[in-house]
Amino acid sequence: MSTTWTIGTVQESLTAKKISARELAADYYTRIDARNPELNAYLTLSQERAFAQADRVDALVASGKPLPPLAGVPIAVKDVISTRGVRTTCGSKILENYIPPYDATTVQRLEAAGAIILGKTNCDEFAMGSSNENSAYGPVRNPEVPDRVPGGSSGGSAAAVAAGLAVVSLGTDTGGSIRQPGSFCGIPAMMPSYGRVSRYGLIAFASSLDRIGPFATNVRDVATVLQIIAGRDANDSTSTTATVPDYRAESEKPVKGLRIGIPKEYFGAGMDPEVRKKIEAGIELYRKLGCEIREIRMPHTDYAIAVYYIIATAEASSNLARYDGVRYGLRAEGDSLLSMYRKTRGAGFGAEVKRRIVLGTYVLSAGYYDAYYLKGQKVRSLIAQDFRDAFTKVDAIVTPTSPVPAFKLGERTNDPLQMYLADIYTVTGSLAGVPGISVPCGKICGKLPVGLQIFGPPFGEGRVLQLAQAFEQAGGAAL
Amino acid sequence: MKITREDVLRVADLAYLDLSDSELETYRKQIDEILEYASKLNELDTTNVEPMAQVLADDQTADATLREDVVVPCDVAPEILKQAPDPEPPYFRVPKVIER
Repeated sequence: MSTTWTIGTVQESLTAKKISARELAADYYTRIDARNPELNAYLTLSQERAFAQADRVDALVASGKPLPPLAGVPIAVKDVISTRGVRTTCGSKILENYIPPYDATTVQRLEAAGAIILGKTNCDEFAMGSSNENSAYGPVRNPEVPDRVPGGSSGGSAAAVAAGLAVVSLGTDTGGSIRQPGSFCGIPAMMPSYGRVSRYGLIAFASSLDRIGPFATNVRDVATVLQIIAGRDANDSTSTTATVPDYRAESEKPVKGLRIGIPKEYFGAGMDPEVRKKIEAGIELYRKLGCEIREIRMPHTDYAIAVYYIIATAEASSNLARYDGVRYGLRAEGDSLLSMYRKTRGAGFGAEVKRRIVLGTYVLSAGYYDAYYLKGQKVRSLIAQDFRDAFTKVDAIVTPTSPVPAFKLGERTNDPLQMYLADIYTVTGSLAGVPGISVPCGKICGKLPVGLQIFGPPFGEGRVLQLAQAFEQAGGAAL
Repeated sequence: MKITREDVLRVADLAYLDLSDSELETYRKQIDEILEYASKLNELDTTNVEPMAQVLADDQTADATLREDVVVPCDVAPEILKQAPDPEPPYFRVPKVIER
């Protein structure tokens, strides 16, 4: 069996010269060759770039200079995040041959910290989906249970880490797209606060919701990656100057005495009874760790799906207007400019993307704007207020990540509304802008991973990581 | 019924999106169901609620949104043009727009 590496063990082995960065990268490509044909987690491999970076790291090791925090760590990057010179498809036919002329800030920062980018991971087309079945390049399989979905939209990033095909990875979360696949694949997965991580170079889906965040096999590695990618970026006016604390130090703090809110609304009908049992056991674990468990109310939770699918599709319809066959991507021939636009977009986008463009254009169109979009924005305020009220009473909120465990491939593809409804526990935090993490909370019948979600107040990543770390160390994954 | 076939056609036209007949009908049905579900928002009285126009609080964006307007070099034009389906450097070529 191949070794499970963490950021810490990579550092130790490199420093002790037990392995070189080049050997480690080569070992990961061997693993990918063996496993990727089945899992379909990677869409593009970037060996040339990876080995060039590995050689730089090895030169640094040879010189005896101190190594940067991610030196030699093999990572995977979701295919909606731009990588200079490395194909970036967004899981779409419309960008099948697109090669970005620049790097996303997150990619730049990871490489500057010594990380080795192995390749780009599969995802739902333009990050629209909850199962990774909307990728134009085929679905990803869940490495834990290969007849089931890995979750989505960052399914490839979650599967790559869970299967040991990368040490850590980057995903994006708009309505749950990091946390839900993390939960389905049984690994920690974090959505930082809105504004915490630069989105320069992230190909936009819904700009008031999109965030970039890490997957890892343990909470400490999540904290390490977040540390590198967090902070103000002059190229993204929505990234804030709020101070970035020392996340590793924050996550080591004891949790005794912290007040955890359990919102009643997250435990209603629709939750799988086996998921409920695991989450209740998780809450019990926090009680044993000395946390104070309080029942709270978040009365607008039930409206979050409707609000989310109005706002996210409206923003998507606007963001995706740029795919017109002129500057990049696919072009279908037409006898006029307008017919070229129409044919290009009709041929290049997949079913879910078209459905969302139509819905989003409709809710923004004259006569419907007030009834849907404006109404949605108002109810979004109420949902954000629910979170502000809760954080006056508690330090964090604990919920299930998803009402169901990973489902079978093909089981839910025919009914978009049913698929949307399963996002109920994640979209709330997306709308409110708060940080959230999903941590492993046992497996149903020892087989299907369950995720426990922790929300913190805006820019309360330290608190979220602290609770996640304590949960992991207390054996939460084996509940 | 919340949305008709004509509505979908009108919206697809606004979005410059070619849809086949079967797509039209499938989307109409599915979007109708979604809008029906979304009408639950009308249960809430939002008369005195401000729409959430931005996510970050004012004190988080104050110094984040403005910068000096300084020209910086950006030499990626040839690389960008290489990505175009029909480039004619330094231009992007499109089907003829104006008839002579």
